[in-house]
Amino acid sequence: MNMDIIVIIALMLVSFAMLGILYRVIKGPTLADRVVALDALGISLMAMIALFSVLLNTKYFISIIMLLAVLAFLGTTAFAKFIQKGEIVEYDRNNRTNH
Amino acid sequence: MSILLIVLLPLIASLLPGILSKYVKGIHTGYFVLIVPVIASFYFISLIQSVLSAPIIKHYSWMPSIGLNFDIRLDGLALLFTLLISIIGSLVVFYSIHYLHKDEALGRFYTYLLLFMGAMFGVVTSNNVLSLYLFWELTSISSFLLISFWYHKQKSTDGALKSMLITVFGGLMMLGGLSILIGITGTPVISEIMAQATKIHAHPLFMLAVVLILLAAFTKSAQFPFHIWLPDAMEAPTPVSAYLHSATMVKAGIYLIARFTPLFAVSNVWTYAIVIVGLFTMCFASIKAVNQIDLKGILAFSTVSQLGLIMSLLGIGSLSFKAGHETLYYIAVTAAVFHILNHASFKGALFMLVGIIDHETGTRNIHKLNGLMFIMPITFTLTTLGVLSMAGVPPFNGFISKEMFLESVLLSTEHPMINTIVSSFILTLMFVGSLFTFIYSLKIIKDVFIPNNIKNNSEKKPHEAPVLFLLSPIILICVMLFISVFPDMFRPLLQSATSAIVSNNITLNHIHHFHGVNTPLIVTIAIIVIGSALLYFISKWQNVYQLWPEQLKLNNLYNFALDQSQKLSFEINRRLVYHSIRFSIASIFSTLLIITVYVFLKTDLSIYFESIANIRLYELILILIIVIATIMILKAQSRLFSIIMLSAIGYSIALLFVFFKAPDLALTQLSIETISTALFLMCFYHMPKKYRHAEEKKFKFTNVLIALSTGVIVSLIALVSYSNKHFTSISEYYIKNVYDLAAGKNMVNVILVDFRGFDTLFESSVLAIAGIGIYTLIRLRKTRGEQNEETTR
Repeated sequence: MNMDIIVIIALMLVSFAMLGILYRVIKGPTLADRVVALDALGISLMAMIALFSVLLNTKYFISIIMLLAVLAFLGTTAFAKFIQKGEIVEYDRNNRTNH
Repeated sequence: MSILLIVLLPLIASLLPGILSKYVKGIHTGYFVLIVPVIASFYFISLIQSVLSAPIIKHYSWMPSIGLNFDIRLDGLALLFTLLISIIGSLVVFYSIHYLHKDEALGRFYTYLLLFMGAMFGVVTSNNVLSLYLFWELTSISSFLLISFWYHKQKSTDGALKSMLITVFGGLMMLGGLSILIGITGTPVISEIMAQATKIHAHPLFMLAVVLILLAAFTKSAQFPFHIWLPDAMEAPTPVSAYLHSATMVKAGIYLIARFTPLFAVSNVWTYAIVIVGLFTMCFASIKAVNQIDLKGILAFSTVSQLGLIMSLLGIGSLSFKAGHETLYYIAVTAAVFHILNHASFKGALFMLVGIIDHETGTRNIHKLNGLMFIMPITFTLTTLGVLSMAGVPPFNGFISKEMFLESVLLSTEHPMINTIVSSFILTLMFVGSLFTFIYSLKIIKDVFIPNNIKNNSEKKPHEAPVLFLLSPIILICVMLFISVFPDMFRPLLQSATSAIVSNNITLNHIHHFHGVNTPLIVTIAIIVIGSALLYFISKWQNVYQLWPEQLKLNNLYNFALDQSQKLSFEINRRLVYHSIRFSIASIFSTLLIITVYVFLKTDLSIYFESIANIRLYELILILIIVIATIMILKAQSRLFSIIMLSAIGYSIALLFVFFKAPDLALTQLSIETISTALFLMCFYHMPKKYRHAEEKKFKFTNVLIALSTGVIVSLIALVSYSNKHFTSISEYYIKNVYDLAAGKNMVNVILVDFRGFDTLFESSVLAIAGIGIYTLIRLRKTRGEQNEETTR
């Protein structure tokens, strides 16, 4: 019972953290700020899901956490590449040659 | 021989001319076609005796489930019409053999003509309103095809379009009227409908049926103001004009009125409309006919005028159904039937003669023709005889029926329904109409045949036509003369036809030429005297016609209406269809809103909150995140920001799935959200630089209003449907059987691939199709290799 209260408090804290991160996503003066904030948002989502599976006493959400980790990484990388080069997949469909 | 076979014979035979004209080049196709109407003529002539004693009623099933059968009823009226159609049909086909050269598209011509003939037989013999309508429309269509026979001429196609629009309008009105009759009586058989007359009279839709049937008859029979199609239909080959537009099709409306008179005559609207419209048409068209310069134009207006005359006679005849003067008005119906016969004889002949003049001189313009009297003596004689009959000069048959017409109109003024104003009105129309009929009739002779000092400047050197060419008009004129000399021979037929119209067995008196010196005779003499005087001085007063303003001519009104409706529909199309997608979406949503609000207001729906679950704080915060992100999308200044916010929403929804214990959904949602974000970014990258960031989102009040109310309405729908759950869910079954029946523990997956695997199959195909579609879109471009920077307009 006590465990539950602690988990719920933790959930609240993560939720508020997410609100804060969202503020950064919205305000972030540069695109990079926003991408980092999004990454953080993904991580906090993972935390939240983990806490939630503790609360529900279930192991079915573990795979979601894994997936989120992969996706958050991929998303951040893609954005990073976009910021750096202006495109994600380097494929010129007109000439059909990689460069 | 079965009567059905004869009625359908022309339709069956219409399959042949195309083949014959192609493979039998030596003989004119018309000779083969001639067999059909000749057989029909002999058949119907052989039926006269039996029909005069009792009508022939036959029933052949066709589509019994919808009541569409060949119910054939051949009574006196129908027999008169079938005789006209078959006999004049034979003559017209014979005439057309000489009129149309072998180089013309003969197969096409005779196919249309036979189609028309069959349709006309169908119209007059039908005892079933559905087949009546079917054949009625077939006459419109075949007439359309015949008018546009020379389709390379603009005027032909215009005339065909006009006649089609007007007669099909009337046909559809008739379908409405007949449907009402079927609705009231429950049977499509005309004689059974007639039997339930009292039931129909009491029905509230009776008046509507009257108006609709009247419209049908008036459009088909070219009554004012629907007469405008007939003069333009004169672009058809002359045999067609002679057959369709004088003798048969234009009388279909007359037939319709005559057929339904026993049913509708109790209605005052019916009687008044027919009498007034008929007389007005007669008067109006005869005045217009005087000013025509085309011979066929004169005859066209003359046809309109004579149809008006017959129509008004039927109207007066329908007075006989009202109390009092019953027998008195039978004479009007007899006159109508008699004049149908007379008009068909002389007008058919006149059209053919005009065709001959056209054929031999190369023009129909009366200003170019002159003094043909000695060059074409036979044509001249025949035309004079026909024209004198048309003018109502004694001793021809036109005189007899005209006399009966005058007598009926004079008698009708004594009817209690006709008050002094109306009677003086119809008397004026009658007199003026008859007077101008006389003038235009004799004007044809005066302008075309009598030599005067203007030089003849026709296009060919005129000469008399070959005898075989003249044979058809000669026969018709002989028939006309025969009727003139022995009018009484036709009394049994007229009596039978009249009885069919007034649905009462009547005995006609002897049809005389001379009734003693009475009012109609005096009126006729007055008409002849005044008419001759007016004709003599015609050049002095013909300028009167210029006074009528051009804009008020009915043809101009028709053209204006056609033009405007075209413009209007184009404008509507432009506004609604070619307008922006924004507009379309706004209208879709507004429609949805209006319908839902209407349903909400009409039905008694309530919202309960008893069964609602507790709301937890972290759910609330998550919702708050979603709401903030949504608002940010709306407020976003750049597109990239919108994309980011959209993915934030997507991830939050995945979290929501977690909260609501749906791990599979959460997994899928996360991956899909990532992929679609990547896709959005790709789209963003390919946008022209100019449009990437600066986004002009104008604040539009209506858009906000529509969006807000759609949101509210959808939330309301959700709340209402949640509050009104009436059944328990079937998921208990799945929970119980997921392991026992399907050997799985993940219920979502078992449902996807086992319980309801079909959905999954087709969703996989959707994905496959989308994938192939994307591939083809990217790869198969016509302008491969070109730089393809999309520009948005």
